[in-house]
Amino acid sequence: MRVVIAEDLALLRDGLTRLLEAYEFEVVAAVDDAVKLGEALRTYEPDIAVVDVRMPPTFTDEGLRAAIAAREDRPGLPVLVLSQYVEQLYARELLGSGDGSVGYLLKDRVADVSTFVEAVRTVAAGGTVLDPEVVSTLIARAPTDSPVSRLTDREREVLGLMAEGRSNAAIAAALFVTEKAISKHTSNIFMKLDLDPDDDSNNRRVMAVIAYLQS
Amino acid sequence: MSTTVNLAPPAEGESFVEGVRRRVALTGLSVVYVLLAVPALALLCVLTTSLGVAVVGVGLALLLVFVPLNQQLANLHRVLSGRILGSEIESPYLSPMGGTPWKVIRGWAKDPARWRDFVWTYVSVTVGWALAWLALGLGLAVLWYAVFPFVFAVTPDGVFDMDYGVLTLDTQAEAFLEWIWLAVSFGLWWWLVPLIMKWRAELDRAVLSPSREVLERRVAEVSQSRAESIDHSAAELRRIERDLHDGAQARLVALGMSLGLAEELLAKDPAAAATLLAEARSVTTSALGDLRSVVRGIHPPVLADRGLAGAIQALALDMSLPVAVTIVLPGRPPAPVESAAYFATSELLANIGKHAGAARASIDVSHDGRALRIVVEDDGVGGASVDRGTGLAGVARRLAAFDGTMDVVSPVGGPTVVTLEVPCALSSPKISPSSGTA
Repeated sequence: MRVVIAEDLALLRDGLTRLLEAYEFEVVAAVDDAVKLGEALRTYEPDIAVVDVRMPPTFTDEGLRAAIAAREDRPGLPVLVLSQYVEQLYARELLGSGDGSVGYLLKDRVADVSTFVEAVRTVAAGGTVLDPEVVSTLIARAPTDSPVSRLTDREREVLGLMAEGRSNAAIAAALFVTEKAISKHTSNIFMKLDLDPDDDSNNRRVMAVIAYLQS
Repeated sequence: MSTTVNLAPPAEGESFVEGVRRRVALTGLSVVYVLLAVPALALLCVLTTSLGVAVVGVGLALLLVFVPLNQQLANLHRVLSGRILGSEIESPYLSPMGGTPWKVIRGWAKDPARWRDFVWTYVSVTVGWALAWLALGLGLAVLWYAVFPFVFAVTPDGVFDMDYGVLTLDTQAEAFLEWIWLAVSFGLWWWLVPLIMKWRAELDRAVLSPSREVLERRVAEVSQSRAESIDHSAAELRRIERDLHDGAQARLVALGMSLGLAEELLAKDPAAAATLLAEARSVTTSALGDLRSVVRGIHPPVLADRGLAGAIQALALDMSLPVAVTIVLPGRPPAPVESAAYFATSELLANIGKHAGAARASIDVSHDGRALRIVVEDDGVGGASVDRGTGLAGVARRLAAFDGTMDVVSPVGGPTVVTLEVPCALSSPKISPSSGTA
């Protein structure tokens, strides 16, 4: 799988490159600002871009803007955005930039290598991955009169893990229960949220859930 | 009056030509003062009458129109007299009160500067007017004697004959003797015009400049808010130091220990080493979390990225209740004001989350050309007061450093409306209206 990395700190750029290469990704370009990112995306047409939010020249949010602009140029381009902090505002902007193929994670999550690599693969495959910190606020602030309030605590937990982009198997492992128990929870969730239970595509279910939470 | 002429007496000597030019400009200005006495007289009459009949509505309505006009006229004199004196005369008015006309008039009544403006109309049409005429008269005298021989030439014989007893001027040649008076009047003009105009300007300054009490009150306010903001920043620094010491620093120490131990165990007991490494990783995560919260407390990254508008939207999104946000800012306030306004809004929202029991809230951010205004409203239980919670008092203190104000309207039973105002200018004339419900 071909990857473009955009990160201005050399230490982190090399670390990410090394880490992804260790998991058999092909890092075709590793650049240090948003302009070069745009060029690299056009030149190499990678399967996924891993982008830092804060980059030169203004050191504000040009990584995010570049990612959104790139997805306008090439709809569905998988982009995983990394940042030292997460903002719901930015999560919304990313989710609004097209269906699926986006990820938004704290840089801290890179330390959990296997989960991080899994996230890269999920996004490249068209899935959506949101940082647990974003997901927890999204769920916590759901209005009390919304259908989300009909969920049990366990179902909310499952919903949160789903929004983080995890598969049923991964959720089952995280909660120490069987996969069958999880699929029962998920169909309950879909029912309570009035979503089509037969649609099994990972991307759609997360997108639907997120869209619902945002409404 | 040319803008390039320096009206104030120069610190170093000036050439004869410059001196003449300055005095001519001052004489020209005396004409302006003489003419401005006409509107001053009109305002004097109207204002005196309006005050007399202020008990009935018409008087108040007249005041609403003519007090600002009087301010304009006084401001014009502040500028002119300030130029003569070579130092600015400051505008002494208290910040205008918003709201109903009645509130506005009450605000004026409490403002000593408005009363001084009123007194000034009397001064300017009497003593002030006389002084201006004196300067103008001297100028006219010079002009008259300068042209006298020529006037004598073109008028019929005898009209401008001058009888000085011992001497009678009745021929054209003798008419030029009148230029002796030209020399005298020029000397007087040269000597007196700058003095008279200076007296006139001093008179304006004495009445129109901020009174001593106003300045004293202002100094007291500034000293207090400065002391408070120094206290506040010292406390903030202590808090940051403590947060780093107990948080990230302590975790990094633990991290070092885990890694050191893992290094030792690597050969002997790889399984135990692996456990320690996993622990070390989770410690880095919590250390990063600590650092993030410290950074947010110093200067939230989203404020740096998106400015006040984006940061307030982000705050609204993090609330657990729907918050409608309306932001109309034709530019960005200065960074320190943005920061203060952000933390103030953040504190207000936190209060709503903790105490208000509200179902919804709204934030309205605007700038009226003078001040940044943020209105935070919620439909909660009300009863909020600056005296009761330290949170609101803290917000007021934070804003006081910028001459900002906080107004809390929160009857028991709600709703609560908190209005923050911080006087400031906006940079960059970019229009960035945005609104939405979060």
